[in-house]
Amino acid sequence: MLQIEKLTKKYPTGDLALTAVDLEIPEGQVLALIGPSGAGKSTLIRCINRLVEPTSGTVTLKGENITTLGSGGLRAARRKMGMIFQEYALVERLTVMENVLSGRLGYVGFWRSFLRKYPQSDIDEAFRLLDRVGLLHMADKRADELSGGQRQRVGIARALIQDPDLLLVDEPTASLDPKTSRQIMRLICELCKERGLAAIINIHDVALAQMFVQRVVGLKLGKLQFDGSPDQLTPDVLTSIYGEEDWEATIEKVDEEDA
Amino acid sequence: MSTAVLTDVTLDQRLGTAWKKPNFIKNPIVRWTLFIGAVVYLILAFNSIDVNWARVSEGLIRGWNFIVAFANPDFFSRGTDIREGLIESVIMTVTSTVVGIAISIPIGLGAARNIAPLPVYIVCRGIVALSRALNEIIVAILMVAIFGFGPLAGFITLSFATIGFLAKLLAEEIEDMNKVQAEAVKATGSSWMQWINYGVQPQVMPRLVGLSIYRLDINFRESAVLGLVGAGGIGATLNTAFDRYEFDTAAAILLMIIGTVMVLEYLSGVIRKKVQ
Repeated sequence: MLQIEKLTKKYPTGDLALTAVDLEIPEGQVLALIGPSGAGKSTLIRCINRLVEPTSGTVTLKGENITTLGSGGLRAARRKMGMIFQEYALVERLTVMENVLSGRLGYVGFWRSFLRKYPQSDIDEAFRLLDRVGLLHMADKRADELSGGQRQRVGIARALIQDPDLLLVDEPTASLDPKTSRQIMRLICELCKERGLAAIINIHDVALAQMFVQRVVGLKLGKLQFDGSPDQLTPDVLTSIYGEEDWEATIEKVDEEDA
Repeated sequence: MSTAVLTDVTLDQRLGTAWKKPNFIKNPIVRWTLFIGAVVYLILAFNSIDVNWARVSEGLIRGWNFIVAFANPDFFSRGTDIREGLIESVIMTVTSTVVGIAISIPIGLGAARNIAPLPVYIVCRGIVALSRALNEIIVAILMVAIFGFGPLAGFITLSFATIGFLAKLLAEEIEDMNKVQAEAVKATGSSWMQWINYGVQPQVMPRLVGLSIYRLDINFRESAVLGLVGAGGIGATLNTAFDRYEFDTAAAILLMIIGTVMVLEYLSGVIRKKVQ
Protein backbone atom coordinates (compact mmCIF):
# COMPACT_ATOMS: atom_id res chain seq x y z
CA MET A 1 0.00 0.00 0.00
CA LEU A 2 2.89 2.36 0.80
CA GLN A 3 6.06 2.15 -1.23
CA ILE A 4 9.15 4.14 -0.40
CA GLU A 5 11.91 4.03 -3.00
CA LYS A 6 15.42 5.43 -2.69
CA LEU A 7 14.19 8.13 -0.32
CA THR A 8 16.99 10.55 0.45
CA LYS A 9 16.98 13.70 2.54
CA LYS A 10 19.86 16.09 2.73
CA TYR A 11 19.35 19.09 4.99
CA PRO A 12 20.62 22.50 3.87
CA THR A 13 23.29 22.18 6.56
CA GLY A 14 24.70 19.26 4.57
CA ASP A 15 23.56 16.57 7.02
CA LEU A 16 22.46 13.46 5.20
CA ALA A 17 19.46 12.33 7.27
CA LEU A 18 18.27 9.56 4.95
CA THR A 19 20.26 7.67 2.34
CA ALA A 20 18.29 5.78 -0.33
CA VAL A 21 15.78 4.17 2.01
CA ASP A 22 13.56 1.50 0.45
CA LEU A 23 10.54 0.27 2.34
CA GLU A 24 7.23 -1.31 1.42
CA ILE A 25 4.29 -1.60 3.77
CA PRO A 26 1.29 -3.78 2.95
CA GLU A 27 -2.31 -2.95 3.88
CA GLY A 28 -3.03 -3.08 7.61
CA GLN A 29 0.52 -3.68 8.81
CA VAL A 30 1.76 -2.00 11.97
CA LEU A 31 5.47 -1.39 11.77
CA ALA A 32 7.84 -0.12 14.43
CA LEU A 33 10.76 2.03 13.34
CA ILE A 34 13.61 1.84 15.80
CA GLY A 35 17.09 3.30 15.85
CA PRO A 36 19.29 5.67 17.85
CA SER A 37 18.49 9.37 18.16
CA GLY A 38 19.48 11.14 14.98
CA ALA A 39 19.11 8.01 12.83
CA GLY A 40 16.49 9.77 10.70
CA LYS A 41 13.30 8.19 12.06
CA SER A 42 11.42 11.48 12.41
CA THR A 43 12.73 12.69 9.08
CA LEU A 44 11.54 9.49 7.41
CA ILE A 45 7.94 9.79 8.54
CA ARG A 46 7.90 13.53 7.87
CA CYS A 47 9.13 12.89 4.33
CA ILE A 48 6.15 10.61 3.77
CA ASN A 49 3.61 13.40 4.26
CA ARG A 50 6.14 16.01 3.15
CA LEU A 51 6.22 18.08 6.31
CA VAL A 52 9.88 17.70 5.34
CA GLU A 53 10.58 17.82 1.60
CA PRO A 54 12.61 14.79 0.52
CA THR A 55 15.67 15.56 -1.60
CA SER A 56 15.14 12.62 -3.93
CA GLY A 57 13.33 9.31 -4.18
CA THR A 58 9.62 8.57 -4.28
CA VAL A 59 6.82 7.84 -1.85
CA THR A 60 3.78 6.12 -3.30
CA LEU A 61 0.56 5.75 -1.35
CA LYS A 62 -2.09 3.55 -2.93
CA GLY A 63 -0.55 4.02 -6.35
CA GLU A 64 -0.27 7.81 -6.07
CA ASN A 65 3.19 9.35 -6.18
CA ILE A 66 3.16 11.83 -3.31
CA THR A 67 6.58 13.35 -3.98
CA THR A 68 5.46 15.05 -7.20
CA LEU A 69 2.10 16.41 -6.01
CA GLY A 70 1.31 20.11 -6.19
CA SER A 71 0.02 21.92 -3.10
CA GLY A 72 -3.67 21.01 -3.69
CA GLY A 73 -2.88 17.37 -4.38
CA LEU A 74 -0.58 17.23 -1.39
CA ARG A 75 -3.33 18.51 0.90
CA ALA A 76 -5.69 15.83 -0.41
CA ALA A 77 -3.01 13.18 0.12
CA ARG A 78 -2.28 14.40 3.66
CA ARG A 79 -5.90 13.75 4.60
CA LYS A 80 -5.22 10.07 4.06
CA MET A 81 -2.25 10.09 6.43
CA GLY A 82 -3.05 10.67 10.07
CA MET A 83 -0.15 11.82 12.20
CA ILE A 84 0.40 11.34 15.93
CA PHE A 85 3.20 13.28 17.60
CA GLN A 86 5.67 13.14 20.40
CA GLU A 87 4.56 15.66 23.04
CA TYR A 88 1.07 15.32 21.51
CA ALA A 89 1.21 18.58 19.49
CA LEU A 90 -2.34 19.54 20.38
CA VAL A 91 -3.12 23.21 19.86
CA GLU A 92 -3.14 24.01 23.55
CA ARG A 93 -5.49 26.96 23.60
CA LEU A 94 -8.17 25.18 21.59
CA THR A 95 -10.72 22.86 23.16
CA VAL A 96 -10.48 19.10 22.93
CA MET A 97 -13.34 19.10 20.44
CA GLU A 98 -11.69 21.74 18.24
CA ASN A 99 -8.50 19.72 18.27
CA VAL A 100 -10.32 16.58 17.20
CA LEU A 101 -12.34 18.42 14.55
CA SER A 102 -9.16 19.98 13.18
CA GLY A 103 -8.54 16.51 11.74
CA ARG A 104 -11.35 17.33 9.29
CA LEU A 105 -9.73 20.56 8.05
CA GLY A 106 -8.72 18.91 4.80
CA TYR A 107 -12.36 18.08 4.08
CA VAL A 108 -14.22 21.29 4.98
CA GLY A 109 -14.00 24.78 3.51
CA PHE A 110 -12.35 27.73 5.24
CA TRP A 111 -15.51 29.46 6.47
CA ARG A 112 -16.98 26.28 7.93
CA SER A 113 -13.79 25.64 9.86
CA PHE A 114 -13.42 29.32 10.81
CA LEU A 115 -16.97 29.46 12.22
CA ARG A 116 -16.59 25.97 13.73
CA LYS A 117 -19.72 24.89 11.80
CA TYR A 118 -18.68 21.37 10.92
CA PRO A 119 -21.09 18.95 9.21
CA GLN A 120 -23.13 16.95 11.72
CA SER A 121 -21.53 13.71 10.49
CA ASP A 122 -18.09 15.07 11.46
CA ILE A 123 -19.34 16.15 14.87
CA ASP A 124 -20.93 12.75 15.50
CA GLU A 125 -17.73 11.01 14.45
CA ALA A 126 -15.70 13.27 16.76
CA PHE A 127 -17.94 12.33 19.69
CA ARG A 128 -17.74 8.63 18.76
CA LEU A 129 -13.95 8.78 18.66
CA LEU A 130 -13.72 10.70 21.93
CA ASP A 131 -15.93 8.04 23.48
CA ARG A 132 -13.73 5.32 22.02
CA VAL A 133 -10.59 6.83 23.60
CA GLY A 134 -12.49 7.42 26.85
CA LEU A 135 -12.58 11.22 26.81
CA LEU A 136 -16.17 12.04 25.86
CA HIS A 137 -16.66 14.01 29.08
CA MET A 138 -13.62 16.18 28.28
CA ALA A 139 -14.92 17.44 24.91
CA ASP A 140 -15.22 21.09 25.98
CA LYS A 141 -12.10 21.25 28.13
CA ARG A 142 -9.12 23.18 26.84
CA ALA A 143 -6.35 20.88 25.60
CA ASP A 144 -3.83 22.25 28.10
CA GLU A 145 -6.00 21.13 31.00
CA LEU A 146 -5.44 17.46 30.13
CA SER A 147 -2.79 15.07 31.41
CA GLY A 148 -0.16 13.66 29.07
CA GLY A 149 -1.96 10.37 28.45
CA GLN A 150 -5.26 12.15 27.85
CA ARG A 151 -3.64 14.56 25.40
CA GLN A 152 -2.17 11.71 23.42
CA ARG A 153 -5.64 10.12 23.24
CA VAL A 154 -6.98 13.35 21.79
CA GLY A 155 -4.05 13.28 19.35
CA ILE A 156 -5.09 9.78 18.32
CA ALA A 157 -8.72 10.86 17.82
CA ARG A 158 -7.53 13.81 15.70
CA ALA A 159 -5.54 11.48 13.46
CA LEU A 160 -8.38 8.95 13.12
CA ILE A 161 -11.11 11.45 12.26
CA GLN A 162 -9.16 12.16 9.07
CA ASP A 163 -10.32 8.70 7.96
CA PRO A 164 -6.74 7.83 7.02
CA ASP A 165 -5.28 4.80 5.24
CA LEU A 166 -2.01 5.16 7.09
CA LEU A 167 -0.95 6.41 10.50
CA LEU A 168 2.40 8.14 10.93
CA VAL A 169 3.27 7.95 14.59
CA ASP A 170 6.29 9.84 15.93
CA GLU A 171 7.48 8.72 19.38
CA PRO A 172 3.94 8.44 20.80
CA THR A 173 5.11 7.39 24.26
CA ALA A 174 8.30 9.41 24.66
CA SER A 175 6.93 11.67 27.36
CA LEU A 176 4.60 9.20 29.10
CA ASP A 177 5.04 6.96 32.11
CA PRO A 178 5.51 3.20 31.50
CA LYS A 179 1.91 2.23 32.21
CA THR A 180 0.38 5.02 30.13
CA SER A 181 2.90 4.22 27.38
CA ARG A 182 1.57 0.69 27.13
CA GLN A 183 -2.03 1.84 27.19
CA ILE A 184 -1.36 4.28 24.38
CA MET A 185 0.52 1.72 22.29
CA ARG A 186 -2.24 -0.82 22.89
CA LEU A 187 -4.89 1.72 21.89
CA ILE A 188 -3.06 2.67 18.69
CA CYS A 189 -2.58 -0.97 17.70
CA GLU A 190 -6.16 -1.93 18.55
CA LEU A 191 -7.54 0.95 16.50
CA CYS A 192 -5.30 0.03 13.57
CA LYS A 193 -6.66 -3.52 13.72
CA GLU A 194 -10.30 -2.35 14.02
CA ARG A 195 -9.95 -0.08 11.01
CA GLY A 196 -7.44 -2.07 9.00
CA LEU A 197 -4.93 0.78 9.08
CA ALA A 198 -1.28 0.53 8.33
CA ALA A 199 0.99 2.41 10.71
CA ILE A 200 4.61 3.42 11.04
CA ILE A 201 5.50 3.95 14.66
CA ASN A 202 8.80 5.59 15.59
CA ILE A 203 9.71 4.33 18.99
CA HIS A 204 12.71 4.29 21.32
CA ASP A 205 11.39 1.64 23.65
CA VAL A 206 12.40 -1.59 21.94
CA ALA A 207 10.65 -3.82 24.46
CA LEU A 208 7.40 -1.90 24.03
CA ALA A 209 7.66 -2.16 20.26
CA GLN A 210 8.21 -5.91 20.46
CA MET A 211 5.08 -6.30 22.53
CA PHE A 212 2.70 -4.76 20.04
CA VAL A 213 3.90 -4.74 16.45
CA GLN A 214 4.16 -7.30 13.65
CA ARG A 215 7.30 -5.93 12.02
CA VAL A 216 10.34 -3.99 13.17
CA VAL A 217 12.57 -1.87 10.98
CA GLY A 218 15.90 -0.61 12.30
CA LEU A 219 17.42 2.59 11.01
CA LYS A 220 21.00 3.62 11.59
CA LEU A 221 22.56 6.85 10.30
CA GLY A 222 19.84 7.20 7.68
CA LYS A 223 20.21 3.68 6.32
CA LEU A 224 18.05 0.58 6.71
CA GLN A 225 19.87 -1.77 9.06
CA PHE A 226 17.27 -4.36 9.96
CA ASP A 227 13.87 -5.47 8.73
CA GLY A 228 12.16 -8.42 10.34
CA SER A 229 9.73 -9.74 12.89
CA PRO A 230 9.99 -8.67 16.55
CA ASP A 231 11.38 -12.02 17.72
CA GLN A 232 14.26 -11.74 15.27
CA LEU A 233 15.59 -8.86 17.36
CA THR A 234 18.59 -10.58 18.92
CA PRO A 235 21.31 -8.85 20.93
CA ASP A 236 23.48 -8.99 17.80
CA VAL A 237 20.84 -7.16 15.79
CA LEU A 238 20.39 -4.50 18.47
CA THR A 239 24.17 -4.05 18.59
CA SER A 240 24.23 -3.56 14.84
CA ILE A 241 21.57 -0.84 15.14
CA TYR A 242 22.53 0.94 18.32
CA GLY A 243 26.11 -0.13 19.05
CA GLU A 244 27.68 -2.26 21.76
CA GLU A 245 25.61 -2.70 24.95
CA ASP A 246 24.29 -5.55 27.09
CA TRP A 247 20.94 -6.27 25.47
CA GLU A 248 19.92 -9.37 27.44
CA ALA A 249 17.91 -7.39 30.00
CA THR A 250 15.95 -5.53 27.31
CA ILE A 251 14.93 -8.71 25.56
CA GLU A 252 14.35 -10.83 28.67
CA LYS A 253 11.90 -8.28 29.99
CA VAL A 254 9.78 -8.83 26.92
CA ASP A 255 9.80 -12.60 27.34
CA GLU A 256 8.53 -12.19 30.87
CA GLU A 257 5.71 -9.96 29.78
CA ASP A 258 4.74 -12.21 26.92
CA ALA A 259 4.40 -15.15 29.30
CA MET B 1 44.35 31.94 33.81
CA SER B 2 44.76 28.43 32.49
CA THR B 3 44.54 28.12 28.75
CA ALA B 4 44.46 24.31 28.72
CA VAL B 5 41.33 22.65 27.43
CA LEU B 6 39.54 20.73 30.15
CA THR B 7 39.99 17.38 28.46
CA ASP B 8 43.79 17.72 28.53
CA VAL B 9 43.80 18.01 32.31
CA THR B 10 43.83 15.00 34.57
CA LEU B 11 41.71 14.87 37.68
CA ASP B 12 44.83 15.01 39.92
CA GLN B 13 45.83 18.34 38.42
CA ARG B 14 42.34 19.71 39.01
CA LEU B 15 41.84 18.55 42.60
CA GLY B 16 42.65 21.18 45.20
CA THR B 17 42.79 24.03 42.67
CA ALA B 18 40.24 26.82 42.82
CA TRP B 19 37.55 27.05 40.16
CA LYS B 20 36.23 30.23 38.71
CA LYS B 21 33.80 30.99 35.92
CA PRO B 22 35.66 31.58 32.63
CA ASN B 23 35.73 35.26 31.68
CA PHE B 24 33.32 36.37 28.97
CA ILE B 25 36.15 38.19 27.16
CA LYS B 26 39.10 35.80 27.29
CA ASN B 27 41.96 38.16 26.37
CA PRO B 28 42.82 40.15 29.56
CA ILE B 29 44.27 43.09 27.59
CA VAL B 30 41.07 43.51 25.54
CA ARG B 31 38.96 43.04 28.67
CA TRP B 32 40.73 45.73 30.72
CA THR B 33 41.03 48.14 27.79
CA LEU B 34 37.29 47.96 27.23
CA PHE B 35 36.54 48.40 30.92
CA ILE B 36 38.90 51.35 31.52
CA GLY B 37 37.86 52.92 28.22
CA ALA B 38 34.20 52.82 29.26
CA VAL B 39 34.95 54.48 32.61
CA VAL B 40 37.09 57.22 31.03
CA TYR B 41 34.42 57.90 28.42
CA LEU B 42 31.72 58.21 31.08
CA ILE B 43 33.79 60.73 33.09
CA LEU B 44 34.54 62.81 29.99
CA ALA B 45 30.93 62.66 28.87
CA PHE B 46 29.61 63.90 32.21
CA ASN B 47 32.14 66.74 32.25
CA SER B 48 31.03 67.86 28.81
CA ILE B 49 27.47 68.51 29.98
CA ASP B 50 27.21 72.24 30.44
CA VAL B 51 24.94 73.35 33.28
CA ASN B 52 23.90 76.98 33.52
CA TRP B 53 23.10 77.28 37.22
CA ALA B 54 21.67 80.79 36.96
CA ARG B 55 19.20 79.55 34.36
CA VAL B 56 18.35 76.56 36.53
CA SER B 57 17.53 78.65 39.59
CA GLU B 58 15.27 80.84 37.48
CA GLY B 59 13.67 77.79 35.89
CA LEU B 60 13.11 76.12 39.23
CA ILE B 61 10.74 78.95 40.21
CA ARG B 62 8.80 78.53 36.99
CA GLY B 63 8.71 74.78 37.53
CA TRP B 64 7.48 75.33 41.06
CA ASN B 65 4.62 77.53 39.79
CA PHE B 66 3.70 74.72 37.48
CA ILE B 67 3.66 72.19 40.29
CA VAL B 68 1.62 74.54 42.49
CA ALA B 69 -0.93 74.75 39.70
CA PHE B 70 -1.33 70.99 39.94
CA ALA B 71 -2.59 71.47 43.48
CA ASN B 72 -5.59 73.40 42.13
CA PRO B 73 -6.22 72.31 38.56
CA ASP B 74 -8.89 74.24 36.74
CA PHE B 75 -11.24 71.92 34.90
CA PHE B 76 -13.99 74.47 34.31
CA SER B 77 -12.92 77.85 32.92
CA ARG B 78 -11.93 76.10 29.65
CA GLY B 79 -14.26 73.16 30.24
CA THR B 80 -15.76 73.06 26.75
CA ASP B 81 -12.32 73.14 25.09
CA ILE B 82 -11.06 70.34 27.31
CA ARG B 83 -14.13 68.20 26.66
CA GLU B 84 -13.97 68.69 22.90
CA GLY B 85 -10.23 68.03 22.85
CA LEU B 86 -10.65 64.90 24.89
CA ILE B 87 -13.45 63.53 22.72
CA GLU B 88 -11.40 64.27 19.62
CA SER B 89 -8.43 62.45 21.15
CA VAL B 90 -10.51 59.42 22.08
CA ILE B 91 -11.98 59.21 18.58
CA MET B 92 -8.53 59.56 17.08
CA THR B 93 -7.13 56.91 19.40
CA VAL B 94 -9.85 54.33 18.87
CA THR B 95 -10.13 54.69 15.10
CA SER B 96 -6.38 54.73 14.52
CA THR B 97 -5.89 51.71 16.78
CA VAL B 98 -8.61 49.69 15.03
CA VAL B 99 -7.37 50.58 11.56
CA GLY B 100 -3.77 50.05 12.64
CA ILE B 101 -4.53 46.57 14.00
CA ALA B 102 -6.48 45.61 10.87
CA ILE B 103 -3.51 46.55 8.69
CA SER B 104 -0.92 45.13 11.11
CA ILE B 105 -2.27 41.58 11.13
CA PRO B 106 -1.62 40.74 7.47
CA ILE B 107 1.68 42.60 7.56
CA GLY B 108 2.64 40.81 10.78
CA LEU B 109 1.88 37.44 9.14
CA GLY B 110 3.99 38.44 6.16
CA ALA B 111 6.85 39.62 8.36
CA ALA B 112 7.19 36.28 10.17
CA ARG B 113 10.01 34.38 8.49
CA ASN B 114 8.69 30.94 9.50
CA ILE B 115 5.38 31.29 7.65
CA ALA B 116 5.98 33.79 4.85
CA PRO B 117 7.97 33.26 1.64
CA LEU B 118 11.09 35.40 1.32
CA PRO B 119 9.79 38.10 -1.09
CA VAL B 120 6.68 38.71 1.06
CA TYR B 121 8.86 38.74 4.16
CA ILE B 122 11.19 41.38 2.72
CA VAL B 123 8.32 43.66 1.65
CA CYS B 124 6.52 43.37 5.01
CA ARG B 125 9.71 43.87 7.01
CA GLY B 126 10.38 46.91 4.84
CA ILE B 127 7.01 48.42 5.73
CA VAL B 128 7.64 47.71 9.41
CA ALA B 129 11.11 49.26 9.24
CA LEU B 130 9.79 52.37 7.47
CA SER B 131 7.03 52.83 10.03
CA ARG B 132 9.45 52.41 12.91
CA ALA B 133 12.14 54.61 11.43
CA LEU B 134 9.84 57.64 11.17
CA ASN B 135 9.04 59.18 14.50
CA GLU B 136 5.38 60.04 15.12
CA ILE B 137 6.08 63.75 15.34
CA ILE B 138 7.83 63.80 11.98
CA VAL B 139 5.02 61.84 10.33
CA ALA B 140 2.48 64.15 11.97
CA ILE B 141 4.20 67.25 10.62
CA LEU B 142 4.12 65.72 7.14
CA MET B 143 0.47 64.71 7.50
CA VAL B 144 -0.51 68.17 8.74
CA ALA B 145 1.24 69.58 5.68
CA ILE B 146 -0.77 67.25 3.43
CA PHE B 147 -4.19 67.14 5.11
CA GLY B 148 -4.15 70.39 7.06
CA PHE B 149 -4.60 70.97 10.80
CA GLY B 150 -6.96 68.68 12.69
CA PRO B 151 -7.57 65.13 13.81
CA LEU B 152 -7.40 63.52 10.33
CA ALA B 153 -3.64 64.08 10.27
CA GLY B 154 -3.38 62.63 13.78
CA PHE B 155 -5.49 59.61 12.85
CA ILE B 156 -3.31 58.76 9.86
CA THR B 157 -0.12 59.30 11.83
CA LEU B 158 -1.19 57.00 14.65
CA SER B 159 -2.48 54.29 12.29
CA PHE B 160 0.87 54.35 10.52
CA ALA B 161 2.82 54.20 13.78
CA THR B 162 0.64 51.32 15.04
CA ILE B 163 1.64 49.20 12.04
CA GLY B 164 5.34 49.42 12.87
CA PHE B 165 4.75 48.51 16.48
CA LEU B 166 2.10 45.82 16.24
CA ALA B 167 3.19 44.09 13.02
CA LYS B 168 6.76 43.78 14.30
CA LEU B 169 5.82 42.34 17.68
CA LEU B 170 3.16 40.06 16.17
CA ALA B 171 5.68 38.75 13.66
CA GLU B 172 8.16 38.06 16.45
CA GLU B 173 5.50 36.24 18.44
CA ILE B 174 4.69 34.09 15.41
CA GLU B 175 8.36 33.32 14.91
CA ASP B 176 8.55 32.16 18.54
CA MET B 177 5.47 29.95 18.39
CA ASN B 178 5.48 26.22 19.06
CA LYS B 179 6.31 24.75 15.67
CA VAL B 180 4.95 21.27 16.33
CA GLN B 181 1.42 22.46 17.10
CA ALA B 182 1.32 24.26 13.76
CA GLU B 183 2.90 21.25 12.05
CA ALA B 184 0.18 18.99 13.42
CA VAL B 185 -2.51 21.19 11.88
CA LYS B 186 -0.66 21.24 8.57
CA ALA B 187 -0.44 17.43 8.62
CA THR B 188 -4.25 17.16 8.55
CA GLY B 189 -4.28 18.54 5.00
CA SER B 190 -5.50 21.99 5.97
CA SER B 191 -5.33 24.94 3.60
CA TRP B 192 -3.03 27.88 4.39
CA MET B 193 -5.84 29.98 5.87
CA GLN B 194 -7.08 27.07 7.99
CA TRP B 195 -3.55 26.46 9.13
CA ILE B 196 -3.20 30.06 10.28
CA ASN B 197 -6.63 29.96 11.96
CA TYR B 198 -6.07 26.67 13.82
CA GLY B 199 -2.32 26.30 14.17
CA VAL B 200 -1.04 29.85 14.56
CA GLN B 201 -3.83 32.15 15.74
CA PRO B 202 -4.60 30.34 19.03
CA GLN B 203 -0.93 30.49 19.94
CA VAL B 204 -0.49 34.23 19.38
CA MET B 205 -3.97 35.51 20.27
CA PRO B 206 -3.34 36.43 23.94
CA ARG B 207 -0.24 38.36 22.98
CA LEU B 208 -2.05 40.09 20.11
CA VAL B 209 -4.87 41.21 22.41
CA GLY B 210 -2.38 42.38 25.04
CA LEU B 211 -0.34 44.32 22.50
CA SER B 212 -3.45 45.87 20.96
CA ILE B 213 -4.59 47.23 24.30
CA TYR B 214 -1.09 48.43 25.03
CA ARG B 215 -1.07 50.20 21.68
CA LEU B 216 -4.44 51.80 22.45
CA ASP B 217 -2.82 53.18 25.56
CA ILE B 218 0.22 54.45 23.62
CA ASN B 219 -1.95 56.00 20.92
CA PHE B 220 -3.89 57.94 23.51
CA ARG B 221 -0.72 59.33 25.02
CA GLU B 222 0.68 60.08 21.57
CA SER B 223 -2.52 61.88 20.62
CA ALA B 224 -1.73 64.36 23.39
CA VAL B 225 1.70 65.03 21.92
CA LEU B 226 0.55 65.21 18.29
CA GLY B 227 -1.64 68.19 19.13
CA LEU B 228 1.55 70.17 19.67
CA VAL B 229 2.26 70.03 15.92
CA GLY B 230 -1.34 70.72 14.96
CA ALA B 231 -2.65 67.21 14.50
CA GLY B 232 -5.72 67.78 16.66
CA GLY B 233 -6.90 66.18 19.89
CA ILE B 234 -6.33 67.06 23.53
CA GLY B 235 -2.74 67.99 22.66
CA ALA B 236 -3.97 71.03 20.78
CA THR B 237 -5.93 72.14 23.84
CA LEU B 238 -2.90 71.51 26.03
CA ASN B 239 -0.68 73.48 23.71
CA THR B 240 -3.06 76.44 23.77
CA ALA B 241 -3.17 76.33 27.58
CA PHE B 242 0.63 76.46 27.77
CA ASP B 243 0.78 79.28 25.25
CA ARG B 244 -1.57 81.32 27.43
CA TYR B 245 0.41 80.47 30.60
CA GLU B 246 -2.79 78.88 31.96
CA PHE B 247 -0.94 76.32 34.02
CA ASP B 248 -4.04 75.43 36.03
CA THR B 249 -5.90 74.41 32.87
CA ALA B 250 -2.80 72.59 31.58
CA ALA B 251 -2.61 70.76 34.89
CA ALA B 252 -6.25 69.73 34.56
CA ILE B 253 -5.58 68.37 31.07
CA LEU B 254 -2.48 66.48 32.19
CA LEU B 255 -4.37 64.99 35.13
CA MET B 256 -7.08 63.77 32.79
CA ILE B 257 -4.52 62.20 30.48
CA ILE B 258 -2.88 60.47 33.45
CA GLY B 259 -6.26 59.29 34.70
CA THR B 260 -7.26 57.90 31.31
CA VAL B 261 -3.95 56.07 30.91
CA MET B 262 -4.34 54.55 34.38
CA VAL B 263 -7.86 53.35 33.57
CA LEU B 264 -6.59 51.81 30.32
CA GLU B 265 -3.74 50.19 32.20
CA TYR B 266 -6.14 48.61 34.67
CA LEU B 267 -8.48 47.45 31.88
CA SER B 268 -5.64 45.90 29.91
CA GLY B 269 -4.64 43.90 32.98
CA VAL B 270 -8.18 42.57 33.39
CA ILE B 271 -8.59 41.72 29.70
CA ARG B 272 -5.20 40.07 29.37
CA LYS B 273 -6.01 37.81 32.30
CA LYS B 274 -9.27 36.80 30.62
CA VAL B 275 -7.74 35.84 27.28
CA GLN B 276 -4.76 33.89 28.65
